[in-house]
Amino acid sequence: MSLVGNTPSPLNTPSPLVPAAGSQQLLARQAAGRPWAKLASRLFSLLCLLCMWTCLAALFLLLWQIFSYGWARVSLDFLTKSPSQIYPEKGGIVSSLVGSIYLIGLTALFSVPIGVGSAVYLEEYAPASRWRTLVQLNIANLAGVPSIVYGILGLGLFVRTMGLNRSVMAGALTLTLVILPIVILSAQEALRAVPSTIRQASYALGATRWQTVWYQILPASLPGILTGVILALSRALGEAAPLVAIGAATYVRKAPKNLWADDFSALPLQIYNWTDQSQEAFHEAAAGAIVVLLTVLIGMNALAIMLRYRFAKRVQW
Amino acid sequence: MASLPSSPTTAKGTLSPGGFRWLEAAIHGLLVACAVVSVITTIGIVLVLLSQSIPFFRQVAPLEFLTGTKWAPLFEPQHFGILPLFCGTFLVAGGAAMFAIPLGLGTAIYLSEYAAPATRDIVKPLLEILAGIPSVVFGYVAVVFVSPLVRQVFPQADLFNALNACIVVGIMILPMIISLSEDVLRSVPRSLREGAYALGATKLDVTLRVIVPAALSGIMASFILAITRAVGETMAVSLAAGAEAKLTLNPLTSVQTMTAYIVEVSQGDIPAGSLEHRTIFAVGLSLFVSTLLLNVCAQWILSRMREKYE
Repeated sequence: MSLVGNTPSPLNTPSPLVPAAGSQQLLARQAAGRPWAKLASRLFSLLCLLCMWTCLAALFLLLWQIFSYGWARVSLDFLTKSPSQIYPEKGGIVSSLVGSIYLIGLTALFSVPIGVGSAVYLEEYAPASRWRTLVQLNIANLAGVPSIVYGILGLGLFVRTMGLNRSVMAGALTLTLVILPIVILSAQEALRAVPSTIRQASYALGATRWQTVWYQILPASLPGILTGVILALSRALGEAAPLVAIGAATYVRKAPKNLWADDFSALPLQIYNWTDQSQEAFHEAAAGAIVVLLTVLIGMNALAIMLRYRFAKRVQW
Repeated sequence: MASLPSSPTTAKGTLSPGGFRWLEAAIHGLLVACAVVSVITTIGIVLVLLSQSIPFFRQVAPLEFLTGTKWAPLFEPQHFGILPLFCGTFLVAGGAAMFAIPLGLGTAIYLSEYAAPATRDIVKPLLEILAGIPSVVFGYVAVVFVSPLVRQVFPQADLFNALNACIVVGIMILPMIISLSEDVLRSVPRSLREGAYALGATKLDVTLRVIVPAALSGIMASFILAITRAVGETMAVSLAAGAEAKLTLNPLTSVQTMTAYIVEVSQGDIPAGSLEHRTIFAVGLSLFVSTLLLNVCAQWILSRMREKYE
């Protein structure tokens, strides 16, 4: 392509017969008249490459720093001991780890049926109408609402009005609302990828609308839906702001037993608590907890990417 | 979508037993209920924010709230001017954008115009990993790694300062800028590129004078969405930027953002229902309105862009 830029072009000498129409022609003439155009082009591509490497370097530096700092703290003891505010070097993360597991389990239980149900309704049932446009617009806007605002909603609705206090249940319901737009939008995309021939064939065989959805469309879009669900849950697992806003404890000694009443903490909250302290030993403990959290998150991400990749390879409509 | 089966009722009537019709209706109702949850969420957010903000604004004049230059609700004498929190929020978001926009746009241009498909297949998942790192981890990085570095370069900087937050929030919003801008750059029709090449333009001319201008509105939308994300960013900012509500543009001092203030009050023992506690709903309302405006703006730009090329 750039070879063209070096050859003398007839456009260099503007002929009276061809009026310079439009900026593209002007642009081409300039390129041909500049011997350094090729060099500038090359330099620009290097600049862009440098940008990309800077981004990747930031990612690697960040991960390397955290893992090299926190790896030493991770052990079976660290995973199974209660945290300590007096001896940070001896404490573990069991209470917040269990809290996080409960939270994610309940969040998945609430958000998957509601999210996939909404997506099925919007894609397969709702006729194109003003109501559908409104719901769709509403979901797109909810996806951009800061998570701490959901926390304030959870505080007013679940903690106060429903009287759930600072329980795991209140936290899970709040996180459900946070990730619901993500689940709906990704499930909709997966449903849209199923070709309409599948639907037509099913209806032609006399299936009802729900039979078509349940036996044909959902199985066909399952990998796509799962990918979205995994990514949304990994977002919920790392989310701390809405939990802080509902008043969840950043430090508890014992894992919650009663999901409707007991105070709980979650891994990101414990990390927040330890990072906020000034002693070095707390920071090491925080790094250890981050290593545990990131390992799980990166594992979930890898699973989602793998699912998407295999799906893209296997299914050729 | 649901366009074709407008008449499956006839098939259902003849082929399936009557019991199905009842089941179908029940399932339809259930699915509608699922979709209604998201509508109720929006109504809930507005109601909860207003229910506590209205009593707050009965005690504090809205004009004083919006134009006051001092924010000190927790100390005597109390001041309820939100401008310092706004200033902190946009100082951090703007600073983050100054790091992230050139880097992100450069990377997006490289990925869409220059990179081999294999490179793209490796880099994009890596950037997704970066996008998946939780905010509190960035807060940790800001406190433990970035802050000492900043203080080495600028010895006069506060321990917690806006620059720390700008750097980590900038890294956080990078993946968003890259993936959204790359999408719009790639959606520019091939014919535009080929037309320019045919006229003898170099790759630099094509990229900077044809593709980027053509995709400009989409790129702008991606910037706005990224800034929205930075405005709503909470944990990293509240760990890194400090907790002093100040009306300043100096990135080396400690500032407080709207989100960090909500965190500060949520963690304290301020009794619910008091004027001090109601401030978080008023601040939350301001945050909600600012992000909503930015979002609507970005979506409007994107939908205009889609119309242009479809």
